[in-house]
Amino acid sequence: DIDDIGHKYHLELVLEDVLDKDSTVNCTAEVLYHLGNKNIAPDVQFTIEGELKNTDEADNVFYNQIKSLEKELVAENIPDSHGNVSPEMEPIHLLAWVASGYVIWQNSTENTKFQLAQIKHVKQVKRSDEYLEFDYMILLHEMVSQEIIPWQMTVLWHPQHGVQVTQDSRQPKHASE
Amino acid sequence: DQVLHIVPETFQQVQHLQHLCSTLLLDLWKPLLPEDIWAGEDLHIRVPAPLVEEVKDSLDQHMISYKVLIPDVQELVDQSMPRERSRHRRVPEGYVYTQYHPMEEIYQWMTQIQKSNSELVTQHYLGKTIENRTMYYLQISQPSDKTKKIIWMDCGIHAREWISPAFCQWFVKEILQNYKSDPKISRFLQNLDLYILPVLNIDGYIYSWEKDRLWRKNRSPHMNGTCYGTDLNRNFNSSWGNIGVSYNCNSEIFCGSGPESEPETRAVAQFIKRKKSDILCYLTIHSYGQYILTPYGSTTKPPSNSEELMHVAEKAAAALMGKYGTSYEVGPTSLILYSNSGSSRDWAHMIGIPFSYTFELRDTGTHGFVLPPDQIQPTCEETM
Repeated sequence: DIDDIGHKYHLELVLEDVLDKDSTVNCTAEVLYHLGNKNIAPDVQFTIEGELKNTDEADNVFYNQIKSLEKELVAENIPDSHGNVSPEMEPIHLLAWVASGYVIWQNSTENTKFQLAQIKHVKQVKRSDEYLEFDYMILLHEMVSQEIIPWQMTVLWHPQHGVQVTQDSRQPKHASE
Repeated sequence: DQVLHIVPETFQQVQHLQHLCSTLLLDLWKPLLPEDIWAGEDLHIRVPAPLVEEVKDSLDQHMISYKVLIPDVQELVDQSMPRERSRHRRVPEGYVYTQYHPMEEIYQWMTQIQKSNSELVTQHYLGKTIENRTMYYLQISQPSDKTKKIIWMDCGIHAREWISPAFCQWFVKEILQNYKSDPKISRFLQNLDLYILPVLNIDGYIYSWEKDRLWRKNRSPHMNGTCYGTDLNRNFNSSWGNIGVSYNCNSEIFCGSGPESEPETRAVAQFIKRKKSDILCYLTIHSYGQYILTPYGSTTKPPSNSEELMHVAEKAAAALMGKYGTSYEVGPTSLILYSNSGSSRDWAHMIGIPFSYTFELRDTGTHGFVLPPDQIQPTCEETM
């Protein structure tokens, strides 16, 4: 407890590579939830002990695949009802996961626990520069209320410049239907 | 059957190929007609399996080179078929336990299971859902002159938690396949009866297949049909309506218009109340999160037998982890998850059932409710 400011948590965690379960990296973090105004995202400071794997090759493969598409990519329901994700859609899925992490961070309080439940819809947006842009409609699952919350997010990605969420907005419950 | 790729080089070769196609009635994929075969142009012919050797010999004799484009046509056909459910609708010797099944198939499965295991299994009527569908449970009971204690397990109280009904079906299969050969299971059945309800929230489950994969509640109409669904796991008479619920139908944790307002809740509650003096253990299966939850959710006050409850749960979690290393957290819902009242597990304990647990199966959020079918087997094996 930090009087008049909020609650600070000190965390020791292990990061595990989703694509390679044996690859782990230790991490320490401090999270400060602000008292009062719940509209401010928690402050996060972290240190990663060691290095994250280099992903240049896979990044470039994905980048070139998308760049060489004749028509802008459009897809729905990732994963499908049975939990399957086609191999071509895996990077789109992973990108949504990372980007949703940002949205979740910005909207978390001590009383929420969000997970990405599903990508309802994704549409690539044509750009004149080197970036890839995707307009996602995702469904977030909030554990305490058990609610499924549709959320729109615009995601920019570039192999060297990483991920950016340039716009995001919570949608009314029926927006995904 | 194989598909051969040939590029004829001379007019003689073309003639021979045309001859072969018409006398053996081969299936021309490209071009469509023998008269359109030309030197220098691609030729694709499907050769039925019994004729493959003969055709290849003939091509060799005439010095016509070929490549095998498709070595096994049937394999390709099988691979391209939509998700195999049509091939395995036979039940249960053909029943695929590593896939998710719609309610129609689960009903058929129950009937089949009783038929093929009638010395052990009986199917019983439990009640009706709000949309008037019949709820059945399976009783697995070894004939004996002593009265046995009961273990009750229900699955699928929340529609979107598909791994849960999958587990109940798996569980039944495992018991029935191994009760003669596995000493643990046979000892079990000498002293205990198993009552399994594979899908509690039938209407919701069907809705999650047909309309909204992430639906949770049942399908009872409210506010003149402008809003649907009560959270059945907030609808039991255990501190009903107190905490961790919503009184608004639009919420996923809407507790209903009163305790046991829903026919599904009543069907389960009435039955358990009737049998409660014989019920040793109440299990309810959910996903996700990987927890074994003990009472209570409605209060942090520990239950009277909390030490024993924890001890058994901890042993279960350890055994579970022993299989694939999956870790489950153990403890009272109100302490390790969130507060909620009206849960079936709390209610079962409050009316006197000593061992009452909620299992939250895999995973911890990576796939959440939409767990891929390749995880059905490991999840069920470790939980078993």
